[in-house]
Amino acid sequence: MDTIKLTIDNREVEVPRGTTILKAAEQMGIKIPTLCHFELDGLALENRPGGCRICVVEVVGRRNLAPACITECMPDMVVKTNSFRALNARRTVLELMLSDHPNDCLQCPKSGKCELQSLAADMGIREIPFKGQQSQYPIELSPSIVRDSNKCIMCRRCESVCHEYQSVGAIGAVDRGFPAVVNTAFDEPLVNTNCVFCGQCVAVCPTGALSEVDNTAKVLRDIANPDVKTCVQVAPAVRVALGEEFGLPAGSIVTGKIAAALKAIGFDYVFDTDWSADLTIMEEGTEVIGRLKAFLSGDKSVKIPVMTSCCPAWVNFYEKFYPELREYPSTAKSPQQMFGAVAKTYFADKIGVTRDKLVCVSVMPCVAKKYETEREEFKVDGTPDVDYSLTTRELARLIKICNIDFANLPEAEFDSPLGASTGAAVIFGVTGGVMEAALRTAVEVLTGKTLPRIDFEEVRGLEGIREAVVPVPGVADLNVAVVYGLKNARTIMEQIKAGTCKYHFVEVMACPGGCIDGAGQPYHHGDASIVKARHKAIYEADRNMPIRKSHENPEIIAIYKEFLGQPCGEKSHHLLHTHYFDKKIKFDIEK
Amino acid sequence: MAVKMHILVCGGTGCSASASHEIIDQLNKEIVAHDLTDFVKVVVTGCFGFCERGPIVKIIPDNTFYTRVKPSDAKEIIEEHIIKGRKVQRLLYVAPDTNKSVSDSKHMEFYKKQLRIALRNCGFIDPENIEESIARDGYAALGKCLTEMTPEQVIAEIKASGLRGRGGAGFPTGLKWEIAAKSRPGEQKYVVCNADEGDPGAFMDRSLLEGDPHSILEAMAICGYCIGASKGLIYIRAEYPLAIHRLQVAIAQAEEYGLLGKDILGTGFNFEIELRYGAGAFVCGEETALIHSMEGKRGEPTFKPPFPAQSGYLGKPTNVNNVETYANIPVIINKGAAWFSSIGTEKSKGTKVFALAGKINNVGLIEVPMGITLREIIYEIGGGIKGGKKFKAVQTGGPSGGCLTEKHLDTPIDYDSLVAAGSMMGSGGMIVMDEDDCMVAIAKFYLGFTVDESCGKCTPCRVGNRRLLEILTKITDGKGTMEDLEQLKNLSQVIKDTALCGLGQTSPNPVLSTINNFWDEYVEHVVDKKCRAGQCKALKKYVIDPDKCKGCTACARACPVSAISGTVKNPHVINQLDCIKCGTCIEKCKFGAISLK
Repeated sequence: MDTIKLTIDNREVEVPRGTTILKAAEQMGIKIPTLCHFELDGLALENRPGGCRICVVEVVGRRNLAPACITECMPDMVVKTNSFRALNARRTVLELMLSDHPNDCLQCPKSGKCELQSLAADMGIREIPFKGQQSQYPIELSPSIVRDSNKCIMCRRCESVCHEYQSVGAIGAVDRGFPAVVNTAFDEPLVNTNCVFCGQCVAVCPTGALSEVDNTAKVLRDIANPDVKTCVQVAPAVRVALGEEFGLPAGSIVTGKIAAALKAIGFDYVFDTDWSADLTIMEEGTEVIGRLKAFLSGDKSVKIPVMTSCCPAWVNFYEKFYPELREYPSTAKSPQQMFGAVAKTYFADKIGVTRDKLVCVSVMPCVAKKYETEREEFKVDGTPDVDYSLTTRELARLIKICNIDFANLPEAEFDSPLGASTGAAVIFGVTGGVMEAALRTAVEVLTGKTLPRIDFEEVRGLEGIREAVVPVPGVADLNVAVVYGLKNARTIMEQIKAGTCKYHFVEVMACPGGCIDGAGQPYHHGDASIVKARHKAIYEADRNMPIRKSHENPEIIAIYKEFLGQPCGEKSHHLLHTHYFDKKIKFDIEK
Repeated sequence: MAVKMHILVCGGTGCSASASHEIIDQLNKEIVAHDLTDFVKVVVTGCFGFCERGPIVKIIPDNTFYTRVKPSDAKEIIEEHIIKGRKVQRLLYVAPDTNKSVSDSKHMEFYKKQLRIALRNCGFIDPENIEESIARDGYAALGKCLTEMTPEQVIAEIKASGLRGRGGAGFPTGLKWEIAAKSRPGEQKYVVCNADEGDPGAFMDRSLLEGDPHSILEAMAICGYCIGASKGLIYIRAEYPLAIHRLQVAIAQAEEYGLLGKDILGTGFNFEIELRYGAGAFVCGEETALIHSMEGKRGEPTFKPPFPAQSGYLGKPTNVNNVETYANIPVIINKGAAWFSSIGTEKSKGTKVFALAGKINNVGLIEVPMGITLREIIYEIGGGIKGGKKFKAVQTGGPSGGCLTEKHLDTPIDYDSLVAAGSMMGSGGMIVMDEDDCMVAIAKFYLGFTVDESCGKCTPCRVGNRRLLEILTKITDGKGTMEDLEQLKNLSQVIKDTALCGLGQTSPNPVLSTINNFWDEYVEHVVDKKCRAGQCKALKKYVIDPDKCKGCTACARACPVSAISGTVKNPHVINQLDCIKCGTCIEKCKFGAISLK
């Protein structure tokens, strides 16, 4: 490898050509502070505008200080990361940033998780010498995301994920000079833009400028209300991440503790979204089989590829960008909404309450799920199937508010009848998981034979677009693709549009690596090892399950027998399937 | 009968604004009326430079230079000068020192020390007629390059000439071309002309494009030949409609003549030029921001490297030069590098165009050899300070530059000496200030411009410049402290040290250079609460001299805020807390008892 030698803080170091000063220093144990710089290694997510100027260092012989995050090392370079000149500049830049930042850390949703706050603490900021004008922007509430632009430090991370990672482009820098800020076009509220509410902007925002809508207070109020019953469901990816909020190592599987904590908080019924993930496989799998069989028998009217539809940001994406292709995704509702629909009918009847007296709460790794609960088509007589969707972070807050020592909590089981699940359900939490779960059921149904191997390694991994050929003996070789990141999904949609798409079945997740890095998960601050640990943990949880195929879940078998009839039957069609809308954004420039 | 005489009328933006088009109409009318159409022809030209005395009309071949011509003068010019051969004396320029009229511009102080290379055709040819350009060697250099020289030879010639970028930073042009030529050979490349002139008071590029668009097109084609590009883009401010129009006409004519487009001069070389319009952001003069703007993205700079030569427009190797830089290219090819490099100083060759403005007698566009002193420019070409006032400073380099003072008057001007003096060449704005100008207010003015024009990408420029401006405002409001001055110094230094692009890095220069050269004035504002130039309104104080006041009450009655108290026949007093410093009292006082302190 082509390497170069340079000196940083009086120590010599050898690095590959092209290495930045920041990376070179890092490998020497020198931690140069950064703010705008963001990189999720191996997940193709990065932001390197070199705009905040916090990481400036002195390069001997250069006229100006150099931003370490984007300045490449040169042979024989002499770098001083802690010379007085660099320290003074760094401190002044931070003071400038703080001089246009609200001083309300105590109430801030990012308090304790804010990168600006920790930087100020690390730099020992005790006063801000600059007094002057402060930005004044109204706070915007959307169904999922809260935007407080007064806290925007123009790091542009949100803009990068929105534009480059998701190819959505709902927010970007507007205006210039001091009033420059990240905003929507024409200052429209997010709901009127192309925003798909994936929330990755929230996940990467270093400050409190972007946060999720907080439903914890409403949930606590309903738990305390004697007139209603409360039930809760927990999504697969939550169980491999929540522990991080309580000091447990990333990738700790805390399923039992979650069930115990939710019971301790006071939910009347503690269920599992994994149960409805198995239900989703029954419905979606049956739909895939039906459409495939028709397609293979020469029916040209059938839409192939079938695409998954459990990611709510992805649903928003095709409704807003590709409404003309909205017949490709499966009509199966997401596990969250299938759960809600069953809870407010089958389960409400079982416990003898009307749907308005049963409050259904979900805990999701996601902020788009909040938007999903508010969809009109998921309401009956004005009451939603799922009343509140909480993020993993909100659940952590609830647990703390309720004085629960999570880390030392003895484990508990989910309740029945909506609590049993399989390994196929838990892998819904990672990219490739829905595909694998569907294959475990679909291939068995199509061939009528028990699978010789359950693990479909070929659809696993963390590459943004993965494809595989899955032979189904006696039927066909299935071409499948798994993508995450909506930019990658766009690639597939464009192929469909152009008539060049060769796949039969495609899984799409909006977030990096799937739900494990959903926007509702504990903040990883760019540490990809956290996401990778969650990824590993999901497959471990799958392996630990005694049953690993959805169609073998006894509670699923039971509900079809008792209530639903058969997959894609009349009752399921009514309760568990949905339809999509043309939500293409049309801007009236004249307005 | 062939045309024997030409009447050149300035059609630049300045003279056009003074109705030079009506002069043209009147002249043509008179020519028709006197049946002279075959004998004399009116030519609309670009800027003559002597804008102070515009509209300018020049008669060829006798080189009579008429100033401040009005449409009503057309009749006399035709009847007296053209028909009878008698110069219209009252329209001639009168030299202020000798009080004698000067008929030929060659003998005018304003032109004596000038050397017009870039502006060689401005004020001489009709910019909308390609044949006039060709008659003045237009496209001869392109022909020479394409038929007699290899791209390497052309680059070597430009390198040998010592030409440096006229946009401000002064990067060697030949080297820039060489880097672009060697970058990713065989790929699509672009030649970009930066015509996003934005410095307050600067109009060099506009005048060049209005007066001689073909030399820019020609130079861009030469550059394309050198670096291997077949496409050129001119990024021009949409606020320059005349320049845009002339470029459009010029491009169409050059295409028609086969001097642009496919297979130029039968050599197989293809080069086409498109215009791109800027939306009025100063920062888009920075080359990476300019490229982003052309790509339809937000006009903001990105970190270099990669330089445009490596990855520019649409990610392709791109050479960006300023208008004036291109204007020099054809002359260098035609006359040779040795000739060009004989002009100027050791490290800055050739000439520089300046827009001379401010408190100076001869406001206008000038082109002078590098190495000329400020004294020569201000006192000889510029004709000294207006109203005989005392020279205080000259601002060069626009918002990125700094102020030079009396002590710099005899410094030979070039890229390096200006930087050493705490300013910079910039694109060529030169604003002269006299004793009535407050240097703190000047710093505040330039900073206000940068604050408005910052793109907002990096913290030091977005927030830092705002804070600098707030501190300066505090000082000019009379509320400054010595700590503020210290903060001003430190913050300026940090912004210079940490900002992302050239705009941010140089934005504190007006503050730093005035602090360095006029520290006393800052201290006066802060400690004595005094503005010696009387420009900072908040520091002005109207005072009634009790010895002179007769107690007539006129001032008290006129004061709009009743800030003056006193009884009849007794001296009055101005209550400073109520006074809004409108100056009404001073006008009303018949006894000269009120003064401004």
